Amino acid sequence: MNAVIPGPGKSLATPDNPIYKRRVWVNRFNMLMSVGTMAFGMVFLLWILFTLFSKGLTAFGPALFTQMTPPPGSDGGLANAIFGSLMIVGSAIFIATPIGILAGIYLAEVGRDNWIAKITRFINDILLSAPSIVIGLFVYTLIVANVKHYSGWAGAVALAIIAVPVVVRTTETMLLLVPNSMREAAVALGAPQWRVVLMVTLKSVQGGVVTGVLLALARISGETAPLLFTSLNNQFWSSDMNAPMANLPMVIFQFAMSPYEEWQRLAWAGALLITLTVLVLNIIARTLFRQKSQ
Amino acid sequence: MHKKINNFALQDKIFGYSTQFFALLVLVTLVGIIVSLLMGSWLTLSQTGPKFFVLDVWDPVRNLYGGMAPLWGTIITATIALVIGVPVSFGIAIFLTEMCPPELKRPLGTAVELLAAIPSIIYGMWGLFIFAPLFAETLQPLMINTLGKIAVIGVVFQGTPNGFGVFTAGVILSVMVIPFIASVMRDVFDTTPPILKESAYGLGATTWEVVWNVVLPYTKAGVIGGIMLGLGRALGETMAVTFVIGNAYNISPKLFDPGNSIASSLANEFNEASDPAHLSALITLGLTLFVLSFCVLAASRWMLSTLTKREGKRT
Repeated sequence: MNAVIPGPGKSLATPDNPIYKRRVWVNRFNMLMSVGTMAFGMVFLLWILFTLFSKGLTAFGPALFTQMTPPPGSDGGLANAIFGSLMIVGSAIFIATPIGILAGIYLAEVGRDNWIAKITRFINDILLSAPSIVIGLFVYTLIVANVKHYSGWAGAVALAIIAVPVVVRTTETMLLLVPNSMREAAVALGAPQWRVVLMVTLKSVQGGVVTGVLLALARISGETAPLLFTSLNNQFWSSDMNAPMANLPMVIFQFAMSPYEEWQRLAWAGALLITLTVLVLNIIARTLFRQKSQ
Repeated sequence: MHKKINNFALQDKIFGYSTQFFALLVLVTLVGIIVSLLMGSWLTLSQTGPKFFVLDVWDPVRNLYGGMAPLWGTIITATIALVIGVPVSFGIAIFLTEMCPPELKRPLGTAVELLAAIPSIIYGMWGLFIFAPLFAETLQPLMINTLGKIAVIGVVFQGTPNGFGVFTAGVILSVMVIPFIASVMRDVFDTTPPILKESAYGLGATTWEVVWNVVLPYTKAGVIGGIMLGLGRALGETMAVTFVIGNAYNISPKLFDPGNSIASSLANEFNEASDPAHLSALITLGLTLFVLSFCVLAASRWMLSTLTKREGKRT
């Protein structure tokens, strides 16, 4: 590209042609900026991860997993919050997985291009990025305002609403990857549609569907905003999903905003724990997905 | 034989309707969100009316509420996020599609996407403890003393130099939306037919000229769709903003002053609000946020779908 084009007489594309020079320099400058923006992104990623490790590891230890969240000014752990988070996120994914997979099957196999499928696809894509705090508000007016108390279940429902669109989207995308000849072969053998879908198409992309569930899990494990008005927080160990429940994001929020040093240390440890979980889930999901699509 | 076939038809009908039920559940959720927010905001909407959006007052003692300040904060923070985020995302997308060595393409692409996976509360904490103090010590005084001195537009770079405020919130939001915009841009850039790019290179165009004059015009709709997607994310982001925006109902052109966004007002006040008028005003803010991001995301979806349609026609 930078070579001088030999031509009869005087070529315009000589290195000392001012237009040519300007174009080369504009290109060099812009490409340099492009590398710079990439570096900018990576610097923030590494900076955040470095901060998390350097601050979070100081409070890491067995006490973190065995002791309860402490009152201000004393040491403790995050056991009740970790347990609460597992319960809430687990219930949410348990609710969201069947709904998401079945709705995804409808979009890819049953409805396809009819108007219900088209509208659902559109709405699902919007719910995928809808502000999570509004989902919290919705569940508050739906559940908390009616039963008059915060509860772990309300938190689980809010997180499930956030998880469903992720599962729907990946299930549909995966099912569309299945070649039609496989469906035709199964139909030719005399199988009804539900057998074709459940035992042939869905089965051939089960890895991809699991990826969707893992991505949904990663998405909701760190969500804080929808839990603010639904599961709230609890200073003590509680396994009652019908009462306010401790959970990691809310504890991190409360502790990080506090002036107490012990609380802030625990908040960093919790932050490290959540981020590691989310990143590991993401990486597992991506590896699974790559194997599937190859 | 007939019986069995009829049986199959029935089974398929049941299967079809039951999956349809779950698909409709997604639609019902959306309708439910809108209806419940409308019901919750009815008190404010019927008493204050559309004036709510231009009223700059938030006084729980006198029970007077207007949504102008949080609305202003939401729009300003999202704008700052885009002003910083869009050029950076564009650069990252160019790097990943045109310059990156093939063996680095996947790890770097994944790294950018991991930036999107980090929960927003982590961005908030990082902003509160690391970024804001550092910004207050270094860049902020510098910006106030240089950019803040410029005539007319200088007022934008003024305010309390303590590191917190609308500007900091916007910067952190920009880091959060970069991965969304950059990965959409990268994906749509990859849809440009190689033959178009090769023709331009063959005519002697530089990489930049190919990107600017061939790739970008070809993928315009997708690029705008990606930016809208980032905007939709930035409008509703809660935790990252709540930590650093300063939480003050304040409409000011000074970006270093504390402010409030819709999401941060909700996060801070909703649990403490006991008065029905206060609750209703907050839910009205929630409804506003939902409608706003719904429109932006719908536009984004529409833009991106025009691109896939064209792709469908071509192949």
